[in-house]
Amino acid sequence: MDKQEIYTRLNEVFQDVFDDESIRVNDKTTADDIDDWDSLEHINLIGAVESEFKMRFKMGEVSGMKNVGEMVDIIAARGK
Amino acid sequence: MQTLAYPFDGAYLMKKRKAIKKQLLLENPPAVTKKIAVLGGSTTNDIVNMLELFLLDNGIGAEFWQSEYARYWQDAMFGNEELKAFAPDIIYIHTTYRNLGANLSVKMSAQEINNLLEERFAHFTAMWEKLAQDFGCTIIQNNFELPNYRLLGNLEASDVHGTVNFVTRMNLKFYEYAQTHKNFLIQDINWLSASYGLEQWAEPQAWYLYKYAMALPAVPVLAQNLANIIKSALGRNKKALALDLDNTLWGGVVGDDGPEGLEIGEETASGEAYLAFQNYLKSYKDIGVLLTVCSKNEEENALAGLNHPAGVLRPADFVNIKANWDSKDRNIEQIAAELEILPESIVFVDDNPAEREIVRSQIPAAVVELAPAPEDYIQSIDRCGYFEVTSLSADDLSRTQMYLQNAQRKQASRSFENYKDYLLSLDMRAEIRDFEPVYLSRITQLTNKSNQFNLTTKRYTQAEMESCAQDSRAIRLYGKLTDKFGDNGIVSVVIAQIRADEPRTAEIVLWLMSCRVLKREMEYAMLDTLVAQAQARGVTELYGYYYKTKKNAMVSRLYADFGFELVSEAENGDSIWRLSLENYQKQCTVMQINPKTE
Repeated sequence: MDKQEIYTRLNEVFQDVFDDESIRVNDKTTADDIDDWDSLEHINLIGAVESEFKMRFKMGEVSGMKNVGEMVDIIAARGK
Repeated sequence: MQTLAYPFDGAYLMKKRKAIKKQLLLENPPAVTKKIAVLGGSTTNDIVNMLELFLLDNGIGAEFWQSEYARYWQDAMFGNEELKAFAPDIIYIHTTYRNLGANLSVKMSAQEINNLLEERFAHFTAMWEKLAQDFGCTIIQNNFELPNYRLLGNLEASDVHGTVNFVTRMNLKFYEYAQTHKNFLIQDINWLSASYGLEQWAEPQAWYLYKYAMALPAVPVLAQNLANIIKSALGRNKKALALDLDNTLWGGVVGDDGPEGLEIGEETASGEAYLAFQNYLKSYKDIGVLLTVCSKNEEENALAGLNHPAGVLRPADFVNIKANWDSKDRNIEQIAAELEILPESIVFVDDNPAEREIVRSQIPAAVVELAPAPEDYIQSIDRCGYFEVTSLSADDLSRTQMYLQNAQRKQASRSFENYKDYLLSLDMRAEIRDFEPVYLSRITQLTNKSNQFNLTTKRYTQAEMESCAQDSRAIRLYGKLTDKFGDNGIVSVVIAQIRADEPRTAEIVLWLMSCRVLKREMEYAMLDTLVAQAQARGVTELYGYYYKTKKNAMVSRLYADFGFELVSEAENGDSIWRLSLENYQKQCTVMQINPKTE
């Protein structure tokens, strides 16, 4: 899947989960860049990304992703 | 809100939670706010988030307090200051079989396993007793889901060494406790997880990564189920079903096909499905739900369909039948008006999506998203939980009877020229007394669901009502009304509180009456009795309060009718009234109160 398309869809997921239309994610974005992105919202975010791209993250990936760029790499490999 | 009605999209609710919450608060600001403590043996954050949405959808605002991860037992047992200060109205204990500590081994003896079972059960009962003692509020405890793997395979079910057997026995012990403790309710996640599919429910990742006892997409399902219990315990269930006929209660169109051409009964597969649906609906009568018909039909044809020999629902099962060509939203409003209930307490069931859409857009009635095929109708209604039962009272069993008697009374009233003659002819007898333990659950139920004839709309949990029943400064009255057509059951509740600083003054904190006895002078009988009891206790003046809500306009001038004088009226419509008890004249002249012959 084209990364541009992934970013477009992913950005919408972020906007929905954090209810903030001003959010723009890029490959460098981390939890530090978004106010409400704590460990509890992370669970919800992962769930929403999984259902958007109809794929599952592996357990190691959920805790190991360092930024949105790594998330997009995984989605590019397995997402639909 | 349609988004939250069954069948909802759980993933969507989780993703859009914040926006949905905003919209709910905007469209339907909660009528009541409750404090809910969630004591978890696993993560509960998203459960609380989802619960909040489903409660708001039922008009209930909630403040939450959650225990730190897996500290449910410690918080309950060793007094958590925060929890104490929070003073919950409801406590939900969310535990999973993993919290059971059922570390069984085939090397253990049956006796050792029994001991472990008793010990683990005592761990829970001690906590429930402590919480009941500290907070005296409703406790909701979920039972246990089954483990998703079985060392001993099928033997796990029957052999004491099986975890499946252990969990099942523990669940049974929970139920016995629930049967003997009134403010203790079980949330059946054992059934819920089976219905959802244990394979999907018990996703290992959710536990290892987040310590959730279920997969994330199952969280909204759990939360909706929990919200149903809470709204039922708070007396916010729906009251009536408005049912379409053609292709809803039977296959075919009775006006075109004639009753002989309808599909109903054991002859065909669809006929059987419609029959099962009729049986299911008929059972609702027994739990106090009122059945009504809302159909576009000639009345004659509607009745012919309902008298079909292979069907089970009969015209007499319905308290109101609207079979005409008016629009359905108008018919439902008409039904609500005639039954003296609110349109939003009606659940509309119709196979036709266009009719559903009209009703949905015009009035606040609940609309069931009926599945496209009759074999799935039962599930469509069942999963909504509109009529979730948390306690059964004798009045529930006879409610349909009461409404039918009411219709007879209305019929009878037409043959009298003078309304008072009619009332006298009813041969009414009122029983108006202090609360009795056997009536407390009905008193609480009535208190929590009366909206229209309710001066203060003050709500009580069962526990609060029990403590009121012990209060020496409270004058409590329940009113039961019987007439020649039958027993109306408990229809009115009044509580006046004698002031501690001024024992000659009492304040009426609660005054409500069921609308099914409107215009029977029952309110005057209650006032006469209240005044007599107040006087007997040295009270010389009563204060009455009217707190305006969207629904209680009918009683805004009740105290004026009673002869109270207006003390003050606020801009928001609330008012305070005063009555001196000197020279009080009895006002009810049409019934006997507490006749001695009983």
